[in-house]
Amino acid sequence: MKVLIPSALRSYTTDSRVDATGETLAAVLADLERRYPGIRFRMIDEQGRIRPHIRFFVDGTQLRSLGQPLRAATELLIVQALSGG
Amino acid sequence: MTLPIEKQAGAGPATGQTLLLVATRKGAWLYYGDQERRTWQTDGPHFLGHIVNHLQLDRRDGRTLLAAAKTGHLGPTIFRSTDFGRHWQEAARPPAFAPATDGGFGRSVDHTFWLTAGHADQPGVWFAGTSPQGLFRSEDSGLSWAPYSGLNDDAQYRKWMGSVQDGTPDGPKLHSIIVDPRDAAHMYLAMSGGGVHESADGGLSFTPLLEGLQVVEGFEPNDPTFHDPHCLRLCPSRPDRLYQQNHCGIYRLDKPDDRWQRIGHSLPAAIGDIGFPIVVHPRDADTVWVFPMDGSSVWPRTSPDGKPAVYTTHDGGATWHRLAAGLPGEQAWWTVKRQAMTADSHDPVGLYFGTTSGELWQSRDEGRNWQCLAAHLPEIYAVEAAELD
Repeated sequence: MKVLIPSALRSYTTDSRVDATGETLAAVLADLERRYPGIRFRMIDEQGRIRPHIRFFVDGTQLRSLGQPLRAATELLIVQALSGG
Repeated sequence: MTLPIEKQAGAGPATGQTLLLVATRKGAWLYYGDQERRTWQTDGPHFLGHIVNHLQLDRRDGRTLLAAAKTGHLGPTIFRSTDFGRHWQEAARPPAFAPATDGGFGRSVDHTFWLTAGHADQPGVWFAGTSPQGLFRSEDSGLSWAPYSGLNDDAQYRKWMGSVQDGTPDGPKLHSIIVDPRDAAHMYLAMSGGGVHESADGGLSFTPLLEGLQVVEGFEPNDPTFHDPHCLRLCPSRPDRLYQQNHCGIYRLDKPDDRWQRIGHSLPAAIGDIGFPIVVHPRDADTVWVFPMDGSSVWPRTSPDGKPAVYTTHDGGATWHRLAAGLPGEQAWWTVKRQAMTADSHDPVGLYFGTTSGELWQSRDEGRNWQCLAAHLPEIYAVEAAELD
């Protein structure tokens, strides 16, 4: 599937849209980590939780757990939620 | 990950220069001073927009830099450079707590706050202190980090560390990690809150070192939970002597005595002995510099009466002297954070501090006269100085 990368993470991917495979969000993030080492920890903490200002969407629906299946999805959108000043 | 760096023409390391490492809320800057420390070249920003809590040079090899960074959105990491910031490499395994094993809510590192290079006999070893409070160690110059379970997961220490509500406004900090230059196994660290602790086994275990320290009125001084050390420094010229700027005053400890002596009472009552940083002279264990702040009422954390000043002692804290020549005489409401004041090792010693308003100040004569070296930076979190061989 295609994964849309937010600007804060393009230092890892260079491109704003990259390829990754996996049947769950966890699997897609594992594939991204394999391709772009270090990127997963910036989004997911050491307890496996999604970091507070990171959001994942498929088909307009927010994913709230890493185990959520993505079988029919064609595009994963990673968003950096507004924060700070 | 490699980040591109905009480098100002002419800026870069050369023998005899003094290097200042400035970490801010919005990135990091390097300043190269000539041998007289009169002209400075600017190199930066590095990591523009990243929250950089600490930037440290490994004085053992004179070239490895570590930066503790995060952004508003992304998790924390460590960057490493061996060419003074031309290229940065991200840690393969940044500091991270062990996964929760008891079904409870496992901790995650919000940011690495403090970096300390290890003993001279242990090249490549570094220590990191984090928020929430944790101690971490790297044995490969900062590329991979492992937690100290003996401290991080100890039930007693977890209780003393408290929750995020028991720390400073942007999270409790483990800081002031000190390795005795005579003995790699002898260490100190401080926790805000949680007190000062000493280790004789390289950090595998710690014991509280609190006798003589005051706590806020009404709390139990024997409970480390209520202790808030702001900054701890060991005197390189007399390693048995420690100085401490605490939430409740300025203290000195002369080992093997285990009782801290409050030495800040002799500061003027209108100034008080509350502050964050404390700096020790590289060759004179009786000389110390502090930067008092307003710790009254709601704790404004500004310079007292809007008149910033450094105070120094040359007799181990018996008497103090005001050093404000060149600093604003009024209406200056900034202050200096615990990592944002430091000394070089020249003779006379150069002093440097960065302010919460983004100014970098310098003294070439041990604090007698001050000049503003840079202004309009983001809020400064840390300043370190080193002489380049």
